Amino acid sequence: MGEENKVILHGMWASPFSKRVELALKFKGIPFEYVEENLKNKRPELLQLNPVHKEIPVLVHNGKPIAESLVILEYIDETWMNSPRLLPQDPYKRARVRFWTSFVQQQLIETLLTVFETDGETQEKGVRDMLEKLQVLEEGIKEFFPDGNPCIDSNNIGLLDLVFSSVFSHYEIQEEVLGIKIINIEKIPLVCSWLTALNQLTLVKESIPPHDKLAAIFKFVREDALKSSSA
Amino acid sequence: MAVQNTAMAEEVKLFGAWGSPYSRRVEMALELKGVPFEYIEENVSDDKLKSPSLLKYNPIHKKVPVLQHNGKPILESQIILEYIDETWKSNPILLQDPHERAMARFWAKFIEEKCMPPVWKALLGSRDERGKAMEEVRECLKTLESVLNGKNFFGGETIGLLDIAANFIAFWLRVIQEVSGLEFLTAEECPLLIKWCDRANAIAEHLPVECMPALWKAGWIPAENEREKAVEEACECLKTLDSALNGRRFFEKDTVGFVDMSA
Repeated sequence: MGEENKVILHGMWASPFSKRVELALKFKGIPFEYVEENLKNKRPELLQLNPVHKEIPVLVHNGKPIAESLVILEYIDETWMNSPRLLPQDPYKRARVRFWTSFVQQQLIETLLTVFETDGETQEKGVRDMLEKLQVLEEGIKEFFPDGNPCIDSNNIGLLDLVFSSVFSHYEIQEEVLGIKIINIEKIPLVCSWLTALNQLTLVKESIPPHDKLAAIFKFVREDALKSSSA
Repeated sequence: MAVQNTAMAEEVKLFGAWGSPYSRRVEMALELKGVPFEYIEENVSDDKLKSPSLLKYNPIHKKVPVLQHNGKPILESQIILEYIDETWKSNPILLQDPHERAMARFWAKFIEEKCMPPVWKALLGSRDERGKAMEEVRECLKTLESVLNGKNFFGGETIGLLDIAANFIAFWLRVIQEVSGLEFLTAEECPLLIKWCDRANAIAEHLPVECMPALWKAGWIPAENEREKAVEEACECLKTLDSALNGRRFFEKDTVGFVDMSA
C-alpha cells in the first residue's frame, strides 16, 4: 500500500469500540493495517497518537490520527462515500440515528459495565436498569424497522447497527459469564430479531472472537473489578 | 430576520432553559444562521413543572434543549448543532474537510466529558475531591489553549461548532469563578484562551452578565445565610431586566429554577 491513503487501525481484539471501527472499514472495503495494542503496557507510539485519552481505537489516515470511536466512524463515512453509507442523507434521519447511537453508547454500555463489574444489590439494580433500557431501545428502534422485520445486509448496514453489534453480538458469552439473562426474546422481540439479522452477516460472524478467549477475558475483567472494589 | 434558506414557511421551536449552556448553544447556532425561531422557556427544576410538549418530544430524558422543526423533535445539543448545520447552510459551523470536522467533534466531546464534570466536582465535591478536580480542570484548559493554537476562534477566522460547544468555558466558567472564588482560568496558563473568551462573548448575545453571579449564588451555593440575600438580589436584578429579556419567564413566584444539566 502506498503512503497515499494509508489507513492504520490501532485497536484491541476484545474492545467493542475498536471492533465497530474494524467492522466499518471491512464493510466499506477499505484496506487497512491493523495494530494490536497492549492496554496493560501501552506503547509510547500509542500515547503519542492519542495523548489526551491514551486509548484505542485510533485511526491513522495519511499519517493523521483520529481518536474516539464515534468520531472515527463519522470520519470514515465522510471520507469514503461508497456504500454502505453509515448515516442516511436526510438531516432528521441522521439526527435519529445519532440519538439512538448515543443512547447505546452512553446509557447501555454504562449499565452493562455496572452489571459486569459489581455484584449483590448493585448488580441487581444494574440488571433492572439494563432491562428497562433495552425496553426503551425496543420501542425506539421501531422507527427504523416499521414493518417489524430488520432486513440488514452488507449494503445497508449503518452506524447504529455497527455500534449495537460491537457491544451485543456476543451477548450469549456475556450471559454465560454473568449467569444472567440479558437478551430476552419475549421481552424485546424486535431487538432480538435485529441481533439475529446482524449476527447472520459474514463479516459480523467473522469478527466475533473465539468463544473461550472472549469468555476468559470477560471472567478476568469481572474478577479484577470485584477484587479492586472489595480491597 | 429573513428566512434565507427555504421557500416554504418553517416552524422552528426551541425548548430551552436560560441557565443551561446546552440550551444556549442551540440558540447561538440558530442566531448565527439567521433562523427565526420561537423560544419556549422551560422550568427544569421539577419534572412536574415541565411543559407537556417537552415531555412529549423528549420522553426518555425529559431534558432541554429540544429543537422542534416542522413538528419533528431533535434532541441532545451536539446532535442539534449538527442538524442545524446540515439544514441551514448559511454561516456553516463545520468545515468541509472530514479531518477538520473530526477534530471539532473530538474536542467538543473532550469539553463535555473531561472538562465540565470536574468543574462541578471542584464546586460541589467532598474536600478530597475538590483539589484533584481543580487540577483536572486546569489541565483541560491548558490543553484547549494549545488546541486554539493562536487562532481567533477554534473554527478559524469565524465561530465554529467547537466555539459553540465551548460556550461553557467562554461564559459560564467565568461566572462560576466569580461566584466561587476558584481560579480555573488564569492569564498565566491560558492567555490565548482568555482572549478567545472575550471574542466569543462579544459575538454571541448573552443574558446580562451582571445578573448571573447573583442567580448562581441563589441557585447553587447552599450556605443558608448567603442564600436569602442572593435570592433577593437576583429578584431585583431580574425585575429591572424584564423588558430587555423580552418577557422570558425566569422564575416561578420567588424561587430561581435550578439548572438541569442536560444532554
